[in-house]
Amino acid sequence: MTTETAPTGPSAKPAQSHELTFAGALKANMRDYGLLLALVLIMLFFQYFTNGVLFKPVNLTNIILQNSYIIVMALGMLLVIVAGHIDLSVGSVSGFIGALAAMLMVGWRFPPELAFLANPIIAGAICLVAGAAIGAAQGYIIAYHKVPAFIVTLAGMLIFKGLSLAVLSGKSVGPFPAEFQLLSAGFIPDVIGPITTPFIAENGNPVVLHTTTMVIAILAIVGMVFFSIRTRARRKARGYDVEPFSLFVIKNVVITALVLFFAYMLASYRGLPNVLVVMGVLIAGFVFLTKRLTFGRRIYALGGNLKAAALSGVKTERTTFYIFAIMGALAALAGMIYAARLNSATPKAGQGLELDVIAAVFIGGASALGGVGQVAGAVIGAFIMGVMNNGMSIMGVNIDWQQMIKGVVLLAAVFFDLYNKNRSA
Amino acid sequence: MSKTILEMRSITKTFPGVKALSDVNLDVREGEIHAICGENGAGKSTLMKVLSGVYPAGSYDGQIVYQGEEQHFKSIRDSEHKGIVIIHQELALVPLLSIAENIFLGNEQARNGVIDWDETRDGARKLLSMVGLNEDPDTLVTNIGVGKQQLVEIAKALSKQVKLLILDEPTASLSEKDSQALLELLLEFKKQGITSIIISHKLNEISRVADRVTVIRDGRTIETMDTNQITEDRIITSMVGRSLEDRYPSRDANVGEVVFEVRNWNVFHPQHRERQVIRDVSINIRKGEVVGIAGLMGSGRTEFAMSIFGKAYGQKISGEVHLNGQKVDTSTVDKAIRNGIAYATEDRKTYGLNLIDHIKHNITLANLFGVSKAGVIDDLAELDAANDYRKKTNIRSSSVYQVTGNLSGGNQQKVVLSKWLFANPDVLILDEPTRGIDVGAKYEIYTIINQLAAQGKAILVISSEMPELLGITDRLYVMNEGRIVGEMPTSEASQEKIMRSIVRAEGKAS
Ligand SMILES: Nc1ncnc2c1ncn2[C@@H]1O[C@H](COP(=O)(O)OP(=O)(O)OP(=O)(O)O)[C@@H](O)[C@H]1O
Ligand SMILES: [Mg+2]
Repeated sequence: MTTETAPTGPSAKPAQSHELTFAGALKANMRDYGLLLALVLIMLFFQYFTNGVLFKPVNLTNIILQNSYIIVMALGMLLVIVAGHIDLSVGSVSGFIGALAAMLMVGWRFPPELAFLANPIIAGAICLVAGAAIGAAQGYIIAYHKVPAFIVTLAGMLIFKGLSLAVLSGKSVGPFPAEFQLLSAGFIPDVIGPITTPFIAENGNPVVLHTTTMVIAILAIVGMVFFSIRTRARRKARGYDVEPFSLFVIKNVVITALVLFFAYMLASYRGLPNVLVVMGVLIAGFVFLTKRLTFGRRIYALGGNLKAAALSGVKTERTTFYIFAIMGALAALAGMIYAARLNSATPKAGQGLELDVIAAVFIGGASALGGVGQVAGAVIGAFIMGVMNNGMSIMGVNIDWQQMIKGVVLLAAVFFDLYNKNRSA
Repeated sequence: MSKTILEMRSITKTFPGVKALSDVNLDVREGEIHAICGENGAGKSTLMKVLSGVYPAGSYDGQIVYQGEEQHFKSIRDSEHKGIVIIHQELALVPLLSIAENIFLGNEQARNGVIDWDETRDGARKLLSMVGLNEDPDTLVTNIGVGKQQLVEIAKALSKQVKLLILDEPTASLSEKDSQALLELLLEFKKQGITSIIISHKLNEISRVADRVTVIRDGRTIETMDTNQITEDRIITSMVGRSLEDRYPSRDANVGEVVFEVRNWNVFHPQHRERQVIRDVSINIRKGEVVGIAGLMGSGRTEFAMSIFGKAYGQKISGEVHLNGQKVDTSTVDKAIRNGIAYATEDRKTYGLNLIDHIKHNITLANLFGVSKAGVIDDLAELDAANDYRKKTNIRSSSVYQVTGNLSGGNQQKVVLSKWLFANPDVLILDEPTRGIDVGAKYEIYTIINQLAAQGKAILVISSEMPELLGITDRLYVMNEGRIVGEMPTSEASQEKIMRSIVRAEGKAS
């Protein structure tokens, strides 16, 4: 034992890095790959049974637009569930914020002297703050007064469901300003200008690509490959084991191919939807938050063992409070995306969404006991639900059957997860 | 020589990444007390879990022959039907059920599913008297001490017509007196023909009661000693592969002025506002000094330490904490840590570890500042730190990515210690730091404590093992019923002297 405080240098380590075996590394990441594989299989399944409609550029774009608000909320719900709580209010809160957005921007029941608030940016900011405040209020009761989240947010669900009804007097209110609609219906501008490819689309015309979308995708791929090479090199230099080179290459090639494929699909329609940009930034931010920020680490710690986390100096109450505030803000964003998509606020907006959001997080491998769950899992889980909704609708499956099938998939996913865990224990 | 009741032949058990047992053999004779010794992570608990069906047949290789027949236990129930009962390292009673309900849990005294309460109580009373526990069967388990809870576990085992009783570190959290009582009970059972297997790191207990000892090292059987061969030294040599000259490293203290001081500390019970748990306690520790607090179980030592550490225990807390002559605020755990105070808990499962997360994350949790900048964690710095402490405290695991819930008890304890060593405090409070830790590792931990003291830190050790306190501290306080009832330099202290201060205090109180 030496006197240094936090030994951070690589000095102590003899640089002797090993490559893990291919099978070993594959097994260690089985869960993550398995989930992605499930998504791909489900997509192929529907591609076949919808006679190729699923992978049409316009439909893939639609899937993203239809699920954006679920994914946005799933990010927050992941934190909530990892912390060992639940939030049943997010659907109603998102609906209520939609109504608030209508008040501000459509001028519904709003004093005309405050009309300057109708600017979509100001109104959007107000909505986000309102959502965060609602989340914070619930979080305050949960964190500091120890009322179970299930009960607090169940109450919140009823309250905000009622509030949106009251605010909208049971009517649909719209339309929203065009700028606001862009949030859901807009695509990024093609600043570079379209290019015509030698490929021929189904309608006999050559495929015209949204060049900016392709450039962004390629930049993203380059960045990703650069970072994974750098991480690998740094681990190796410090003498830590790394995954085998073959697997490393395969992984990067597969991801590159997938990203290119989807980018090509989107680019051959209208390009990158604005909402996908928002989602992409949020997803990257939440991956960073959960993996690298001390705040994220503390969430996992308190979800895993609240008492031990508290005795390690984690401010468990404050952390819980922040989590719910973040959740509220995301529910608000989702509510705006939803309202912008429908181009009106309706009293029914958001109802039942919480169930899809929670299901997505659990399909993604989070534990109902807290302490376990990944952002990537929640996002893939949301896409699994989304693709199933989309595919079944195209196939003309009745809504009653759709519900039942989704229920079975949720159960099967969690069951399979637990089964795997027990077997490896 | 009596006949063999149990034979485990070439048992091999692997977990992903670790071979916990390889070709282990164990034979146990009818009516004997058979001890199993070995370092932390040697595979003792795993072997017993194989035997009792916790790990079902098929999940391991090898044979179990019990009462002359080969057995393939699929669950604990199967082995219990044959009279094999295991009491695990961590107690498994339901705290909010009564003693009687716990004893007959899963084995209710019922007719057609309707519980017969008279029978339940009478049966419980009979079993309690067999284990010498004089408690009302209706008392809730949470209201009795650990020692008594251990006896309830044994009564529960007796209710299942036990023939082979397995006890995994039964005395680890018992006081001296309770331990003695428990060992007496085992000897009594032996007279009645019940066979016992006992796992323990307290070698003096083993050499007192065991008829034979089997030593396991690194998942292999090293040897089985007969009664006349059993000595503590021989067990140690066989366990660690070399002899251990001393149990305690030599200590030449270089003590400076007072750095840490608690004045007039008073604490009340968290639920019962009027019950005072800590009464006017004042203590101090000097720079480079190792101070111990001796006392019986339940004397308030843990409550005292936790109430200092961010008011983690109790209410209506009053008193002052001084660090380097300055009054400091320790009202939250975070503030206490920032002020350089650390408390390593005695209860690793409840207060120490996130059992579903791996070693690395557990070690750095209390000092994330040490591996991050502006709230962003540096992965590799964290990995370095975790590996460093894994090596220093000799944690036996496949890597720092092993989930702490899968570690052996002693290795979990080392993770808790590592966490607080990494937090690099000025004042380190260690609550039962060597509970469940093997002799060799104890020596290493004492060495670390000495080194910390040599760096000028102030160390407070709470321990129920008096020889340990006498072996590693410079000065001792004696606590009884929430008061300090004695203080002495360790050089003048002895077990008798400590006990005398306690008895004198109790005499005064009554
Ligand atoms: N479920 C598990 N998954 C992976 N490894 C495990 C699991 N259970 C035990 N091990 C490993 O098996 C080895 C033996 O553990 P075991 O609990 O039997 O040790 P022990 O001899 O009882 O030690 P102690 O004295 O510390 O209680 C350890 O290295 C431990 O990490
Ligand atoms: Mg053990």
